Amino acid sequence: MRAQMGATLQDLMDTDPRLAIVLADISHGYFERAAAAYPERVIKVGIMEQTAVSLAAGLAIEGFIPVVHSITPFIVERPFEQIKVDFCYQRLGGNIISTGASYDYGTDGMTHYGMGDVPILRTLPGMEVVVPGTAGEFDALFREAYADGAPTYFRVAEQQNLADRAVRFGRLEVVRRGSAAVVVAVGPMLDRVLEAVADLDVSVVYCTTVAPFDGETLRAAMPAAPAATRAVVVVEPYYEGTLVPEIVAALGPDPVRIEAIGVPRRVLSRYGTIDQHDADLGLSVAGIRARIETFLAKG
Amino acid sequence: MAGGWRVSCLSMSSVPKRVEQLMAQASGDEKHDPSAHSTLDILWVLYDRILRYDPRDPRGEDRDRFLMSKGHGPLALFAILADKGFFPAEEMARFETWEGILGGHPDRHRVPGIEISTGSLGHGFPMAVGVALALRAKGSDRRVFVLIGDGEANEGSVWETALLAGSLELPHLTAILVDNASSTRPLGDIGAKFSTFGWAARTANGRDHEALYAALSAPDAVRPTIVVAEIRE
Repeated sequence: MRAQMGATLQDLMDTDPRLAIVLADISHGYFERAAAAYPERVIKVGIMEQTAVSLAAGLAIEGFIPVVHSITPFIVERPFEQIKVDFCYQRLGGNIISTGASYDYGTDGMTHYGMGDVPILRTLPGMEVVVPGTAGEFDALFREAYADGAPTYFRVAEQQNLADRAVRFGRLEVVRRGSAAVVVAVGPMLDRVLEAVADLDVSVVYCTTVAPFDGETLRAAMPAAPAATRAVVVVEPYYEGTLVPEIVAALGPDPVRIEAIGVPRRVLSRYGTIDQHDADLGLSVAGIRARIETFLAKG
Repeated sequence: MAGGWRVSCLSMSSVPKRVEQLMAQASGDEKHDPSAHSTLDILWVLYDRILRYDPRDPRGEDRDRFLMSKGHGPLALFAILADKGFFPAEEMARFETWEGILGGHPDRHRVPGIEISTGSLGHGFPMAVGVALALRAKGSDRRVFVLIGDGEANEGSVWETALLAGSLELPHLTAILVDNASSTRPLGDIGAKFSTFGWAARTANGRDHEALYAALSAPDAVRPTIVVAEIRE
């Protein structure tokens, strides 16, 4: 997905003279051609992420469409106030692309983990949040949303689903239908969810745009069951429960049972592969299956 | 805190009395009196003698850009913008009121002539570098001025930006650091610090209009310029 980011951006740099890339000492290799062809639109600032975001906002004020890129905690959590003030409050359009989703850098320790990116960005008015499930989906979603005039965050992850889907920005997709519950799978969690619920009578809805959230499609996907028995499971690749307010808002005021599966909010102090972290945190296929089975049994 | 502008503060200034009178119309809690006062002469020299702008077309492409990075104490800027015709002078009396457009920190969507919304320190300086880079990419010959407070220069992002911009060959970028001894930590020789990063550094008396004009009106041929405007009173 990261290589796709480089290819997509380099391609768009050739066709859109408004596009500018701001790099904080990372991924230079993906942008060598663009940097050589458009040195005034590929800006390597060094290790200064707060300045990178503010500088990008300055480019946006002058009509450029900036893309700022670095590792998740350094380009989201460190310059969070710059994103808030310099893009959201100023009402400027631009794009932030992270790399290293959750514990993609699983042997580097919690300084390099980024499970809190989507939850904190959801607090910002006007902020759009995109979580592609494949490289091809990143390409499609970026091309659709990068110039829409809003600040937009793209979460680039190591883990991917096997097949691209025909995703649209801001739209949920109903992947399969069932009657016991609706399972919302976000980005790279889709394949695991489909495997985990293969023999269960549940709907699966695929989400690649977290904000704005497509509550209308979710409402329409709910089975025609008595309100008191409505059930939703949301499976997210970042801190668990992030989408619960959107789900409640979409389905209210009637009651709905919700099971939120994602990365638990705890300090992670082990080093290992992504799969090892997933297994430890209950996010393997078996872990997700067990959570959903328990939830449905309680209904 | 209510009440008018402390005219006594202006005794050192040679800004026209009508600007003082505009400032005196405002009241409110966020006047940041010393902060507004410290910038008055600098802003006057900029808007009266240096900046190119058209108040009837505040976002016109052919304008010079002035970014008030610190955002604190915007009364002097508001008064000068009103005096130069960016918005009606009556707005000064509505400072910090529900009906007005002028708040304790400037909002670019409310106030004609305001380039960026600021107030949280350390944001406008790097934004100005982005603006300067954008103008260069567009082939514009317009200048970019950004005003920083010495207290604001406690922020790490100010020094990130000083390091970055000093190596970017942005002769059309001029930063003005207003040193009114408001920094809790002594900043030492600010000009020397910027010089080591590649800036052309100048120092001027922040009340001396001719000295300010000389420092602000002749940019370096290659490097960005930092003008340390000293206020000692």
